[in-house]
Amino acid sequence: MTRARLIKLVLSLAAPVLALVAAFAITSLVLVVAGDPAGDVWSTILSWPEERNLANIIKNATVLYLSGLAVAVGFRMNLFNIGVDGQYRVAAFTAAVVAGEAWLPGYLNTAFAIVCAMAVGAMWAGIAGVLRATRGVSEVISTIMLNSIATGLVAYLLRRVAEREEGSNQIGTKEIPEGSRIPNISIGEGPTSEIYGFIVIAIAAGFLFWFVLNKTRFGFDLRATGQSTTAAVASGISVKKMTIVAMLISGAVAGLVGLPILFGSAYTYGSTFQSGLGFAGIAIALLGRNHPIGIAVGALLFAFLDEQSNPLQILVGVSPDIVAITQGVIVLTVVISYELIRRYAVRLEQREVARALERPTTPAPEEAKA
Amino acid sequence: MSVPATATGVVDPVATKTRGRLPRYWIVLALLGAMLALSLLRVVTGADDLTSSGTIAATLIAIVPIMLAGLGGLWSERAGVVNIGLEGMMILGTWGAGYFGYHHGPWAGVAGAVLMGMLGGLVHAVATVLFGVDHIISGVAINIIALGAVQYLAALTFSDLEGGGQTQSPKIGDVQSLTIGPLSDGLKDVEDKDLFFVSDLAALLRALCTNLSSLVILSFLLLIVTWFVLWRTSFGLRLRSVGESPAAAESLGVKVLRYKFSAVLVSGALAGLAGAVLAMVASSNYRDGQTGGRGYIGLAAMIFGNWRPGGLLAGSGLFGYTETLGLRQGGTSVHAMLLALAVLALFLGIWQVRQGQRVTGAVIVGVGALVAALWFTIDTVPSDFTGMTPYIITLLVLAFASQRLRMPAADGQIYRKGSAG
Repeated sequence: MTRARLIKLVLSLAAPVLALVAAFAITSLVLVVAGDPAGDVWSTILSWPEERNLANIIKNATVLYLSGLAVAVGFRMNLFNIGVDGQYRVAAFTAAVVAGEAWLPGYLNTAFAIVCAMAVGAMWAGIAGVLRATRGVSEVISTIMLNSIATGLVAYLLRRVAEREEGSNQIGTKEIPEGSRIPNISIGEGPTSEIYGFIVIAIAAGFLFWFVLNKTRFGFDLRATGQSTTAAVASGISVKKMTIVAMLISGAVAGLVGLPILFGSAYTYGSTFQSGLGFAGIAIALLGRNHPIGIAVGALLFAFLDEQSNPLQILVGVSPDIVAITQGVIVLTVVISYELIRRYAVRLEQREVARALERPTTPAPEEAKA
Repeated sequence: MSVPATATGVVDPVATKTRGRLPRYWIVLALLGAMLALSLLRVVTGADDLTSSGTIAATLIAIVPIMLAGLGGLWSERAGVVNIGLEGMMILGTWGAGYFGYHHGPWAGVAGAVLMGMLGGLVHAVATVLFGVDHIISGVAINIIALGAVQYLAALTFSDLEGGGQTQSPKIGDVQSLTIGPLSDGLKDVEDKDLFFVSDLAALLRALCTNLSSLVILSFLLLIVTWFVLWRTSFGLRLRSVGESPAAAESLGVKVLRYKFSAVLVSGALAGLAGAVLAMVASSNYRDGQTGGRGYIGLAAMIFGNWRPGGLLAGSGLFGYTETLGLRQGGTSVHAMLLALAVLALFLGIWQVRQGQRVTGAVIVGVGALVAALWFTIDTVPSDFTGMTPYIITLLVLAFASQRLRMPAADGQIYRKGSAG
């Protein structure tokens, strides 16, 4: 028993390690072919981050984590929510407007804005959910279209409500009043080593994700529908309803993605609000195998690579975009290495069974199956 | 779109045979019909840019990248591999055109773009066909990798060149283009006379014989070649059989994986060529973010076209045209399109009600009424919205037509060798 379990543990750890090694190898190959110093690049990236960088990594990871979580909700039901990008931008814009208007005092205002963001994110994703459930439109295409529509819509609305910031060409929503901002948490000295207070909500969201999916009837239904539609139908689950609900939840979580930035550092939604977080979320959800802790690891890794690559241009003279290659390759190698390890494990198991069958005196063939 | 589905879902086989097939030259009829409708719209609303030869020429250039991306999607999905990585392969193509085009001349740029696109296709083929990675995951990964790779390569190769930079290449030469001078001038006279339909047709013909890029001609030839190869040769028959039922194909001796692999490579090459058109015909250098989601639009055009070349052409025509209207003083033209949309929705709704689909019909009529109300209340469409037009049209089309579409039966499924047993 112990030996089989040990092999299983080693194999499950081997997959992500193999994926990382392969991704690093491929990136190094690109660097070498392009004539850039691969060694210097890696020693810059893989150095231990300073406190300031560490804070930035955790800040970015918080945002990426929420994005990964939003994608993972859909993945659990075999839905590809590629539209997290559009959903969080529409939602963050709404939250910025609501919080900036400050109809309610203090943290009530914050809470109301967060709820609004989640509702708008859910609605935006819900369009794709309804189209999929009632009209059979692939959510992959519809969410991509909704991303582009969101870009135009937010740009238009921003121009309608925006105020011009003093001394710059950028436009943004009204600033969120001091009393409704979410205070940052310090992990060291000075304002540069602060992380978003929103991290508490992110962790809570991760826990809720795990609890709802693994410990409730609803979560069971959702996973069952994802694994086998026919089985789900046979056990009385309405697949259409589950599709819409899963997209709504995914969109609601997506609505949270931009909020740490909004309430923790930007305080306003402007034309330069960070975009592209949704696509990183897809990669992170895959990397973390749709498990809340795995997603956290993936988010930290992506944030680490992003932060550590920043000084590359100055120190080594290499464009920091090189880590985008690493990040993309990781997505592929993770999936491939899990598949390879799975095939290997199956072969190992078959060999074990065969050996057990050859020796009729051995009493326990089920040992091998464990 | 062609097969009328009855309310009960049972289709009379005889009726299908006689009514279901459109005549072979339907695409020509559709084009003439569209021109007629547009010239009617032009006369009614006074939005003269709807059918000017400038608009049509710009539309042709806008159509080609979308159509080529869609063709790429057609090749790979007909062999059963969903290719959402077209966008990334196009991005690779734009860089290839910029780099090789600058150093070795325009046609080397085209070849470079095709090769870079094929490289993307190779990654997709290895991941999906050999390793059985989910097609959409692989496609998303390729889009991430391609974007990063191209930004990295652009910074590496273009920043030190004159006129180049981190995000753009120096100017690259254009490929030859074709002008039939006297014909073009004669047609211009007809176009300027402002006759109903005749002038619009003249504008179309003038756009076709004035400054027509050879890459555009090549692309339309490739559409025909694709149709011929996939539907008129035994190679194509086998390729499509792999997309419909790989197990059956393998049991007949078709090398399933080999066909899938080559289809995805061709798909990448076409997407790369689409990138070349963007960099060399639609503009004159590589620029960061040049593709602007056209790979996805191409995929949508292919779905709109029911996984057929003719339909794909119609789809890319629709998207290319609306994109062009959005760019050229789009407010008035898109405003005019609202009227067309309202009328179309009205007819479609009434037709649906007559078919017995009361609810759907009522919804469509309601949407049409809303659009009509919008047309009366505003004079011009804000520029942010004109840019959204192709995406909204895609959503609407998919929402109302997706049940009539039939994708290859084994599209998106992972096939492992020997599954036939």
